[in-house]
Amino acid sequence: MAAFFDSLLLVIVTVLKVLLIMIPLLLSVAYLTYAERKVIGAMQVRNGPNRVGWKGLLQPIADVLKLLTKEIIVPTNSHRFLFLIAPILSLAPAFAAWAVIPFNDTAVLADVNAGLLYVLALTSLGVYGVIVAGWASNSKYAFLGAMRSAAQIVAYEIAMGFALVGVLMVSGSLNLGDIVRAQEGSIFHWFWLPLLPLFLVYFISGVAETNRAPFDVAEGESEIVAGFHVDYSGMAFALFFLAEYANMIMIAALTSVLFLGGWLSPVSFLPDSMIWFFLKVALMLFFFLWFRATFPRYRYDQIMRLGWKIFIPVTIVWIVVEAVAILLEIEPWFALRAA
Amino acid sequence: MEFKLFLFWVVSLILVGAAVGVITTRNPVQAALFLVLAFFNSAIIWMLMEAEFLSITLVLVYVGAVMVLFLFVVMMLDINLSPLREGFTRYLPLGGLVAALIVGEIVLLISNKWFSAENFPVPAARPADYSNTEELGVAMYTDYLLQFEIAAVILLVAIIAAIALTMRRRPDTKYQRPAEQVQVRKEDRLRIVSMDSGNQESQ
Repeated sequence: MAAFFDSLLLVIVTVLKVLLIMIPLLLSVAYLTYAERKVIGAMQVRNGPNRVGWKGLLQPIADVLKLLTKEIIVPTNSHRFLFLIAPILSLAPAFAAWAVIPFNDTAVLADVNAGLLYVLALTSLGVYGVIVAGWASNSKYAFLGAMRSAAQIVAYEIAMGFALVGVLMVSGSLNLGDIVRAQEGSIFHWFWLPLLPLFLVYFISGVAETNRAPFDVAEGESEIVAGFHVDYSGMAFALFFLAEYANMIMIAALTSVLFLGGWLSPVSFLPDSMIWFFLKVALMLFFFLWFRATFPRYRYDQIMRLGWKIFIPVTIVWIVVEAVAILLEIEPWFALRAA
Repeated sequence: MEFKLFLFWVVSLILVGAAVGVITTRNPVQAALFLVLAFFNSAIIWMLMEAEFLSITLVLVYVGAVMVLFLFVVMMLDINLSPLREGFTRYLPLGGLVAALIVGEIVLLISNKWFSAENFPVPAARPADYSNTEELGVAMYTDYLLQFEIAAVILLVAIIAAIALTMRRRPDTKYQRPAEQVQVRKEDRLRIVSMDSGNQESQ
């Protein structure tokens, strides 16, 4: 009986921890949409939302309420079950991946050894939501969006995986906490500097994976209306929206953990803390918004060219450079490996 | 332990159900999605067997990459189902024979006294800090390095062969050459012609 209560307690504590991650995450998603509109507004010299609440701060709440009260329309010739399950398919991996993200030295939900692989596996599942949505809607535009998204994600996932191989080579671990610990030191010891090409490839591939501008051809409103979610309305549409922003935060968090030293402080005289992690995530998110306000959408063949002909060769060359540097015991790479 | 067994039964039932779904459903896209479900559930069973690395790799490679490509192709196929069903009676004897062989072999394997469960004791559970990623890496890159490299070379040959077989040169297709594009100068594209504006008389 005692064993039963012990396991029950474990379940309750774990659920509480999950809520402790989920609720701030949902709030961040809501306020990321606000930040996006404000930041892009400022970049285009206009105000952005400023009517609901002080400086428009309640705008996300109003948006959520609006979407909640709208009707979910299921098109007549759609595949009903797949149509309704698709938003969940895209949302679930975006949340589940947070289980292994370390917020600081001790605050991590599941400190698993193969953490990085787990994240990679889950982020590769998100594409099913888009494909299933596009197919189940039984609409040409949605279908085109799904096709584009599938091809694009397959292309960029390879570059992303290779970039992670480079991280593994210098850190010698798949555990995200250990990867951060291998970056101990100041800002110049973080992996972004010795792995600069991989850092850039990873982050840009991350932007492409999340279907964000300038890689947002899956929705491309000027060509295929809204792409894969053209037939969705109300809360079903909101779930896609939520998944996209949760994925953005996820990529930003992963970039901070893998290349920007996670919770480590940039200078040695300030203490390491969770705040650094959040600051780094916020910085990377700002880049997402900045990209959207700056770059026009890529043409589809250009996206494919960038993924297959530029990113993959760059990552392979850098992996070879790293391997040689580690083998010949050349400084930054070998020192990182030894640590 | 009991919960683990319960989980195993639930997951295996879903797995078998999904596998049956793959071959019974009429719609090829649904069949592919059932296959995804089957892969995912077998990954969970591997996880229950403490093969964490292989389990995650199964999801990463098969669910995350192979099946996405598969779906990509299947969705664009326009399959007419009636000619596919025509050959059913013709292939039934051969198919039945293969199925009977497989079932017979499995029955032989699990009922035979040399292969029965009593002859294979339950392996001792590894301690929590045991890393089977590391074990796999060590085995693959030291003891079985040659085999690993041979497999890699075979895969490379397959990739090159697939590209060589499907690549067709089509000289009439138009495509961009970015290297040439960035070298374009104003003189190549723009010709300035001086001519009367024609508006001067009306002023």
